[in-house]
Amino acid sequence: MNQTTNEPQGQTRGGRTGRLIAYGLIGIIAICLFFAPLLFPDVRSQEVAARICIFIVLVASYDLLIGYTGIVSFAHTMFFGLGAYATAIALKQMGPGWDAVIIGGALGVGVSVLLAALVGLLSLRVKAIFFAMVTLAAASVMAVLASQFSDFTGGEDGIIYKVPKIFSPATKLLTDENGKVLTIFGVKANGKMAAYYFVFFGSLILYFLMLRIVASPLGTVLEAIRENEMRAEALGYKVVLYRTAIFCIAAAIAACAGILRAVWLKYTGPETTLSFAIMIDILLMVVIGGMGTMTGAIIGATVMSVAQFYLKDLMQLASEATAGIPLVPDLLDPDRWLLWLGLLFILLVYFFPAGIVGTLARKGHHP
Amino acid sequence: MKSMTTLVERLGGINLLPVLLAIIALVLIGSPSTWLTLTIAGLSMGMMIFLMASGLSLVFGLMDVLNFGHSAFISFGAFIAASVLAALAVWVAADSVLLNLLALFAAISAAALFGLVAGWMFERVIIKPVYRDHLRQILITMGALIVAEQIILAIWGGSPVAVPRPNFLSGSLIMGDVTIEIYRLFAFGLGLVTYMALHAVLNRTRVGLLVRAGVENREMVEALGFRIDRLFIGVFAVGSALAAMGGAMWAGYETLITGAIGSEMMIIVFIVIIIGGLGSIEGSLLGALMVGLMGNYVAFLAPKMALASNMILMMAILLWRPYGLRPAVK
Repeated sequence: MNQTTNEPQGQTRGGRTGRLIAYGLIGIIAICLFFAPLLFPDVRSQEVAARICIFIVLVASYDLLIGYTGIVSFAHTMFFGLGAYATAIALKQMGPGWDAVIIGGALGVGVSVLLAALVGLLSLRVKAIFFAMVTLAAASVMAVLASQFSDFTGGEDGIIYKVPKIFSPATKLLTDENGKVLTIFGVKANGKMAAYYFVFFGSLILYFLMLRIVASPLGTVLEAIRENEMRAEALGYKVVLYRTAIFCIAAAIAACAGILRAVWLKYTGPETTLSFAIMIDILLMVVIGGMGTMTGAIIGATVMSVAQFYLKDLMQLASEATAGIPLVPDLLDPDRWLLWLGLLFILLVYFFPAGIVGTLARKGHHP
Repeated sequence: MKSMTTLVERLGGINLLPVLLAIIALVLIGSPSTWLTLTIAGLSMGMMIFLMASGLSLVFGLMDVLNFGHSAFISFGAFIAASVLAALAVWVAADSVLLNLLALFAAISAAALFGLVAGWMFERVIIKPVYRDHLRQILITMGALIVAEQIILAIWGGSPVAVPRPNFLSGSLIMGDVTIEIYRLFAFGLGLVTYMALHAVLNRTRVGLLVRAGVENREMVEALGFRIDRLFIGVFAVGSALAAMGGAMWAGYETLITGAIGSEMMIIVFIVIIIGGLGSIEGSLLGALMVGLMGNYVAFLAPKMALASNMILMMAILLWRPYGLRPAVK
């Protein structure tokens, strides 16, 4: 992993126009997400909006590892899952209350950090490529354990539970003079809205925290390690400790994202938190948005989440249109959408390794 | 204490680890006949895992390329073997051992041939543009793995595929209390033959000498005028063929395979090459045997911990030897 990648320079030196476009896009996305309950009141769009918020955090925390420090981990869903499962189990066992969310969440974050420190110290001191393998193994072991210890985790079915009362749809968040739920632009200000804003502001705080980390001296050291590990070590920075530290931080943030996910969905199962498909989603989002840029996480997560919903519809049409030809309908089946995303992913890594944000930033640099 | 250490070294040093594992298991299990059945199952499983792991380990040792898509060859090997066996159902079910063998031979060689050709193409198209760039290697081979798994799902469908087992390999030998599945003995034998062939090629031939030299120090061999990159394509293709062969054997062992077979095995393969150390087939064999034995013993003692136990084994060995037991590259 000593190889220097040239995408970050594009971002730091980057051209004005491209960056303006990127920031414009982010502004639009931020406004849409902030007003999502009013702009897109239907259930499906709400799900997409909340998913985008959570995945922005998840992808940005993953980017701390892959983009800023240059280490590839496949255990990010493990920490995400730990956060979600700990919250879910606490809510199930202790009943719906804030104490359950706080205790469960704290436990999830604590276990994540501990596990991250263990894995990091064990495998980050040798070749970074070992780390990719060890994390992949650890994540799949965790997934298997979660499905086997079904007394706690509900196995493949997952856990359904109640969340604190303020988030239930029957709660009146704001009331008009008649004591009924206040409607703003035809949308009821009920508990669903409260849940959405809990997710939104939770994500926002975590995102700003990461922006702060990246801008701090720690962030600079991490970039130095990515660019030249030997030189960073020679300058007196303990590379293993820094790498382990950022791995723990990323794990903690992923676990926090897991808490948000658990509270939003009122359901936690392998499919929504631990599965390898989510890891692939995160990888795709990071690469699409642009590695080594915090802004890339926002664009990557949004583009992928929206595309996932519409690509499947599009493929359904294409599959029906080609029904007569052998094998083609099978390849275009909506269940095969990962195939096309995989191809897209390979092409992106070949031709646009800098992702959307990185490419935009460089475009202005070389007009 | 010192004489103890030299005694252990003389007996084989770390090569004794699987034996140690077996002895501990004997104490824990108690019943010798159960223990023997489990040990044979573990050894044959280890041999099949060795087939899958050795190629990956050599490829990494030679060119510093880690192929996350390696498991795609395992899955393709398994499914191709299943299809060939299904197509030759008459031979498979026949009473004649010769016809049985022919069908089996056809299935395994079809898988290996596919691995050879696909491995060569994979190297040219996917790996070549990203030599010496680990980050993009991991990403691109991961992307290739996703695509390959989806192609398997598109061709063979999502439901499990049954793998017919040749007549003479089904059933088991019964000696006293000990039952041994014949297929396991066969898998063990085939794995052992492959290992010995690989060992002979690497240690007795000129090509093997070059491969070993390349693992040791690539630049030096290149400076002496040898084309390591060409050698590498060969090793990659052979490694992929071995993986496909291992997949084919595994399909016969499991008798019911799903599209998830590749990713399931990949985790075990990774654990094996981390335990064994990258770049050496001896290390892969050692790691594979340990993982196979451990998996079977623990599956008997505490079924839920089977995969986790291998993970713990890996962690323990990483603590003890961060580069694995017998690494050829550091």
